[in-house]
Amino acid sequence: MKKERINVSRREFLIRSTTVGTGFALGLYLPLGAREVMATEGAAAKASEVPEVNAWVVIKPDDTVVIRIARSEMGQGTLTGLAQLVAEELECDWSKVTTEYPTPGQNLARDKVWRSFSTGGSQGIRGSHLYVRKGGAVARHMLIEAAAEQWGVPMAECQAANSVITHMPSGRTTTYGKVAAAAAELFPPEQVELKDPKDWKIIGKPVKRLDTVDKLNGKQIFGADLTLPGMLNAAIKACPVFGGKVKAFDANKINKMPGVRKVVRVEDDAVAVVAETWWQAKTALDALPITWDEGPNAKVSSASIDRMLDEGLTSKDKVFVGNQIGDVNQALKGAAKTVEATYRYPYQNHATMEPMNATARWTEDRCEVWCPTQNGEAALEAAAEAAGLPITKCDVYKIHLGGGFGRRGAFHDYVKQAVAIAKQLPGTPVKLLWTREEDMTHGHYHPITKCKLVGGLDDKGNLTGLHIRISGQSILASVRPQWMEKNGADMLTFQGLHADGDHAISYTVPNLLVDHAMRNPPVPPGFWRGVNINQNAIYMECFVDELAHAAGRDPLAFRRTLMANHPESLAVLNAVAEKAGWGKPTKGTHQGLAVVKTFGSHVAACAEVSVDDNGKLTIHRIVAATDPGYAVNPQQIEAQVEGSFVYGLSALLYGECTIKGGAVEQTNFHNYPSMLIKEMPKVEVIVMPSGGFWGGIGEPTIAVAAPAVLNAIFAATGKRIRQFPLKSTDPRLV
Amino acid sequence: MAKLKINGKLVDIDVDGSTPLLWVLREQLGLTGTKYSCGIGMCGACAVHIDGEAVRSCIVPVSSLNPSQEVVTIEGLSADNSHPLQQAWAELDVPQCGYCQPGMIMTAAALLKDNPNPSDADIDAKVTNICRCGTFNRVRRGIHRAAEIHSGTGKGGRKS
Repeated sequence: MKKERINVSRREFLIRSTTVGTGFALGLYLPLGAREVMATEGAAAKASEVPEVNAWVVIKPDDTVVIRIARSEMGQGTLTGLAQLVAEELECDWSKVTTEYPTPGQNLARDKVWRSFSTGGSQGIRGSHLYVRKGGAVARHMLIEAAAEQWGVPMAECQAANSVITHMPSGRTTTYGKVAAAAAELFPPEQVELKDPKDWKIIGKPVKRLDTVDKLNGKQIFGADLTLPGMLNAAIKACPVFGGKVKAFDANKINKMPGVRKVVRVEDDAVAVVAETWWQAKTALDALPITWDEGPNAKVSSASIDRMLDEGLTSKDKVFVGNQIGDVNQALKGAAKTVEATYRYPYQNHATMEPMNATARWTEDRCEVWCPTQNGEAALEAAAEAAGLPITKCDVYKIHLGGGFGRRGAFHDYVKQAVAIAKQLPGTPVKLLWTREEDMTHGHYHPITKCKLVGGLDDKGNLTGLHIRISGQSILASVRPQWMEKNGADMLTFQGLHADGDHAISYTVPNLLVDHAMRNPPVPPGFWRGVNINQNAIYMECFVDELAHAAGRDPLAFRRTLMANHPESLAVLNAVAEKAGWGKPTKGTHQGLAVVKTFGSHVAACAEVSVDDNGKLTIHRIVAATDPGYAVNPQQIEAQVEGSFVYGLSALLYGECTIKGGAVEQTNFHNYPSMLIKEMPKVEVIVMPSGGFWGGIGEPTIAVAAPAVLNAIFAATGKRIRQFPLKSTDPRLV
Repeated sequence: MAKLKINGKLVDIDVDGSTPLLWVLREQLGLTGTKYSCGIGMCGACAVHIDGEAVRSCIVPVSSLNPSQEVVTIEGLSADNSHPLQQAWAELDVPQCGYCQPGMIMTAAALLKDNPNPSDADIDAKVTNICRCGTFNRVRRGIHRAAEIHSGTGKGGRKS
């Protein structure tokens, strides 16, 4: 990629010019206490002392650079990565960079100058790299122009590097901090040039995260930690049965308990206790007699859901085609050998370490919410709806998330509840914090599916036809019906199996049919780190392994025969095979492979496992390769790959929510375990950016951990596992 | 009314004796570095030191403590991020979301106090905290690195 010439919208400038000087900073809108919170995010509270250069960049007289970040930091490192993109084009001193969040209310007031706040789908970098780099480039141009004007020299004679502007002929210098105020008065350029990637100095470097220090000493404030003056605390219980409602509760039984201020109905399905402290609220709520109207789903169970899905495996009803090539029926009929298998992937909870929470203050004229959210704008919409106020009279102040994984992006049930509670105590800030039990039983779960795969091999062991029938739950039907196809199909169901695009299948199969029998049980589904690639990669990659063995071929060699048209995916597969020493496992271990393209990145893994005489599994090592096109921060990519394996392997080993009486049975980490350090394999990460495209990082590699391990388990035991999690295998593997 | 010694200071607390130490720290003393996550002693996000031992404060009723016991929270681990674990954590960028990290660091600090050069097996046995972001491999490296920093040697701790 060469330098890119980018047009700058005059409109952005006009909107900016009306707001300069009106006091931008977050702190101005916050009461005391919250201001202290924002101060911990960096220099936010003081940024208003100087006008912004543009929406993305504020530079203070001491040369501190404040970069505005619209997406949310939840551990994935996007705060640092996005700042790197802006700083690269800004040509600023990286050691002086801090960040701040604009609020979604400000974004609305400024005609969405920061564009999307949505932080999901591994979109942070790949969805905004162009306009945030442009933001940095425009600011750089204006800073140089301001210096040139002050010196009375042509701008073309000046250059900027490391926050210093130099007039090349004379050698005279000034700093960004000295000219920032003047730059803020200038019109932005009509065009800017973005750097050629070969000239990048900050992008692509393993710079340290900007948000580590306060995470080491307890200073980092999460939503659950927020305190506002005069704040009360709330604990909540919603009907455990999905779709159920509150029938009655007897507040008199707890009204006199210590600290209790109010017992309130929240929407039609929950009751909350508001007290001086959260522990008092929770203690009183536990003592509150509540009766529920369990509604129409009280008889739903895992068994009844399984029956729905089983029917879908062979049904012709409500079936949508995701990818079709040739005539799969004909190919299977003519096959020398057919292979068939059915897999099942269960419901799972996000289980963020920080339970759902939000703090709200409502008056007749204004509603404010402080919360961890992956999507500030969606949180604002939820707040306004619950507040019964115009959105312009509401705002949301984002706080770092104690984990997101998709739970806090599309769903702001906890925000609506907090506002509904605060509305019953006008003027008083109320912090709502869910118990872990509430969090476990009121999730938006990774959807349940089964998958029947039938493959045909010719007499030489070549794959001639493949039918992949997915039966199960659509996320979009429940969460984003507006994103569905006109015919009612949910294309997200086919992640990793698409004909082309960011989630394209990595193999060429001459006759292919991928279809989905949509079966939607009444358990709320949600986007869950990786979304549908998690199970689709297991279905595809484990079945390809099955086909390879049926064909009497080596699983690597078999895959390679299908990948001639997928060179990038083949490259990551080859990289892990080479580094892991495919075919020559570490003594006492067995190997398994997986490869996918998803979220625009190509990823592969080779796992080494052993299964001892008692049938217990040890995952020793996973070699993982990722080609995200451009790698903005290699050390953070490594951290994300390792972390995605913990999330993906926790799901494989332990992750299952079962349904009984219309409710989730698992309530806490004792019956919804997560893997521990003692189970963590050694992870070797190969980051191999091939350039020319921008792929995602946070999610892709989660997909390859489980199938690579499962294929290695087959290599170790000769037994194919098709039901998950592994804690439920008989005998138990973990 | 309870009298406790928290981070070296004696404090009087006016709460019901059944209140868990976690909620006294967070709601009475404003020490929110100690986190609530599971409330049943499973995840370790609420780990603090009581007389040098890592304890899960969400299941310790405040009535079970007396003022002679030294309670140390993440805020009291060092005044300036100078504990070897904090140094190592910063060097390796261990945290992701960071929510479990105070508990992780306090658990590791108790381990290092008793065992200044722990093996991987020692770490596996003592660090049973849950981290959903998946920082485990950096946590392990961080503990070995802290052992190096503490001993003043350039070399790492024993590997198993």
